[in-house]
Amino acid sequence: MSKRKSSGSAVVSESACYLELQKVLRQQIYKISAPCDVDGESDLDKPRRHLLDLIQRCSSMGESNSALIIGPRGAGKTMLLSSVLEDLKENRDFRDNVLEVHLNGLLQTDDRIALKEITRQLQLENVVGDRVFGSFADNLAFLLEALKKGSRDSQAVLFVLEEFDLFAHHKNQTLLYNLFDIAQSQQAPITVIGLTCRLDVIELLEKRVKSRFSHRQIHLFNSLTFDQYLEVFESLLTLPSEFSDKKFCAKWNKHVQNLSEDQGVTSILKKLYDTSKDIRTLKTFLMLPVARISPSHPRLEMADFVEAHKLLTADSKSNTLHGLSVLELCLVVAMRRLSDIFVNQPFNFQMVYNEYQKFVQTRSHAVQSFDRPVVLKAFEHLQQMELVRAAEGSGTGGRGQKEFRPMLLMIDKSQLMQAIQKYPACPTEAQARVQV
Amino acid sequence: MSFSLIFQTLKYNLSYSKNKLLIAIIMAAGPPVVFGHPAEQLAELYRSCPSRQDQVKLLLALFGQKKHLSCPRVFLYGPTGSGKSHVISNILNTLKLPHALVNCVECYTSRLLYDHILNQVAMVTPTPDNDYANYSRCDNMNDFVKTLRTVIEDRELQEETVYIVLDKAERLREMDMNILPAFLRLGELTGCNVCVILLTEIVWEKFRAGTGVCEPLVLHFPDYTKDELLEILSLDCPAGYTKDFYMSYVNIVLSVFYMACRNLNEIRHLAVLNFPKFCEPIKKGEASEEDVHKLWRNIEPHLRKALQTVYLREVSSAQWERMQEEAAAQETLVTNIKTLTGKVNMELPFYSKFLLIAAYLASYNPARTDRRFFLKHAGRTKKTVQQMKRDERASSQLLGPKPFPLDRLMAIFYSIVEGKVAPTANIYSQISSLVTLRLMTQVGSDDQLDGSKFKCTVGLDFMRSIARTVNFDIIRYLYDFV
Repeated sequence: MSKRKSSGSAVVSESACYLELQKVLRQQIYKISAPCDVDGESDLDKPRRHLLDLIQRCSSMGESNSALIIGPRGAGKTMLLSSVLEDLKENRDFRDNVLEVHLNGLLQTDDRIALKEITRQLQLENVVGDRVFGSFADNLAFLLEALKKGSRDSQAVLFVLEEFDLFAHHKNQTLLYNLFDIAQSQQAPITVIGLTCRLDVIELLEKRVKSRFSHRQIHLFNSLTFDQYLEVFESLLTLPSEFSDKKFCAKWNKHVQNLSEDQGVTSILKKLYDTSKDIRTLKTFLMLPVARISPSHPRLEMADFVEAHKLLTADSKSNTLHGLSVLELCLVVAMRRLSDIFVNQPFNFQMVYNEYQKFVQTRSHAVQSFDRPVVLKAFEHLQQMELVRAAEGSGTGGRGQKEFRPMLLMIDKSQLMQAIQKYPACPTEAQARVQV
Repeated sequence: MSFSLIFQTLKYNLSYSKNKLLIAIIMAAGPPVVFGHPAEQLAELYRSCPSRQDQVKLLLALFGQKKHLSCPRVFLYGPTGSGKSHVISNILNTLKLPHALVNCVECYTSRLLYDHILNQVAMVTPTPDNDYANYSRCDNMNDFVKTLRTVIEDRELQEETVYIVLDKAERLREMDMNILPAFLRLGELTGCNVCVILLTEIVWEKFRAGTGVCEPLVLHFPDYTKDELLEILSLDCPAGYTKDFYMSYVNIVLSVFYMACRNLNEIRHLAVLNFPKFCEPIKKGEASEEDVHKLWRNIEPHLRKALQTVYLREVSSAQWERMQEEAAAQETLVTNIKTLTGKVNMELPFYSKFLLIAAYLASYNPARTDRRFFLKHAGRTKKTVQQMKRDERASSQLLGPKPFPLDRLMAIFYSIVEGKVAPTANIYSQISSLVTLRLMTQVGSDDQLDGSKFKCTVGLDFMRSIARTVNFDIIRYLYDFV
């Protein structure tokens, strides 16, 4: 404290340190560009070399290839590819010789848009101009023709198709067919790399498309052990050596190291690891603690992690139940009873109302009795919150009366119990009724 | 009962004052600070979002500073009227962050959605001056992402975070299936610093579809507690009355409505609407402001009436206010109100009424009991106990109307109507006009003329009032009531 008072500049520099720390840590956590050197060296090494080799052969020898990178969400597919491309781009020969085309299944939802995007990314717009082409294949052939006649002879093209499985849903899979066909037969060297999270993506391809695909698959899985997971955790929070204030940086890194050895923190991380191994979840988990770091809260504490874990694992249904009024909660209890009595049978509003009436008349004096229209309004609110949904096969849609539309409850008994225990000033009658 | 309520009111007052004390203590220590945000802006934010300090603090921390990367996707859920949109829009406006705030209900096509977002980010408003022109035309996600990138570059916002808030995000699920996943990874797709915020009442689990999406950070806005509701409601205390007086009024309002409704907007509306009635005895000089019991006795039945009428929108708010004025002038109670659902006596032709009654009977009675009700000498059979138990489960008053063929309708019609009625075209056209009036519906409309089935879709109350006009005792003919 005394030090701070003695020099105003020290305080300024301290807050500047925290600003820089925030900036750096946010980069590491929010951006997709993960520090890739730690992600299980041995696991990623093989696919990485494979991919590197594949792309390099295309650029240097004019060989055409196709491959699929398959792995679950957050397994590092995009990161792997971008790190490989970064490595390759350091080579000047590669930069001059290869054109990249990045497509994404979410953006290019049909082949026409995809073709336009390819033309744009190859900077051929001026060449295509207003010319109207006959067929899709003509167009693509022209594009590649133009490529061949470009400044250098036979530049290689690298096609990266993210969300590859969505391209397989295009009509006739024309784009995929043509890309694979060119990779198989024509001279222009192209490499097609697809990224997908569907393991059965090959089954989605048509037979003629499948036969042209080289069946080269690179599988990525989240196969981190817990020790590696801890390492990732540490590296995500560690400040890099380029940090301006070395003393502060060293102090912080020491703190992070202490954290990763702390019993409490590791036990929370273990819980997280047991639910999901992917690094994206870890990053989401770290968002909140990191956002809290400031001069007034200079260290990450156990409480931060506990809070973040609670936030991440909170049961949203019981949260929603907490926001209901007493009447709505009583209706949910009545519906739960109905679906316990008639297992898997849909119910309608009239039945729920009868059940609620029984409840009010026989047991409870504390629970106010409401008119039917008020109860109906509460029921409709539950429907709007999607805690209750129309049963399938009710068919009639808007034509039937809403009182008699068959409905299903979307809440589990344990969720209801949990919510009722947390509910402030819950009528004891409702509590008793759930437990029966 | 009444004493207990007064006691309750007192208790709330006490707890409220304790709460106020607590707030005062906290305020004396200074409002919570968030790193890197000026204190006066924070104070303004906290003032404009009462009882939402924690959430504001959390969101500000996540957003970070202008030049920092911000949490790329946030999913906010909470019950209606918990201040989700209010808090977000206040944060964005007070801190003057570049943003687009779009309500997905307005955007019934994806193109409207893109146009709205781009216009707001580029700060273009379609006005008569520019012929209501949008910033640019874009038809698909691909163009949108490309245009968004150029807009951000044009406004030189590459360093700053651009916030895109999608209110009522549950509607995004009904649009093309690529829209929600694409919005959730908009930051990666544009390569810019974009933060997408989804606001909705529905839990995140119901948004997942297909091969999955980038999981956002899920945050919950809890409902306001009773104390918080009181505090917020006390903010619109009308001039000329003390705050404590208004608080005691709000307490009474909550004691009537809180069980059925927790929506802040609804309770606030009702409180403002009924306040003149509460003050009436004071204006007339019958009671003073301290006379809590008398005021309570005056207002309570009035509020109960409001729960049955204004809350259900059977009487519009304007109508309710007018009625209060009239009642005050004539010193009568607001009892003779014509509500929307009160008007059930619909004018129908004589035979139409009988056709409708026949349809109701056909819908709600099992066909096997027709012989017993409508044949002259069928011999009455008593229900056994076992049968009654079985019928209680399968009562059609509980399960709703069953479809019936046209022949059965006509048979019942001829049996209940007195005198001879020729089956003319008139009678049949009345059936189809009942269908167009939605008093009956056609089920499985495969064939118009032959073998079509109908259902009767009116309630018992309506049916009884119709039956009364033609002197027909419908209850005697209903199987469930025998």
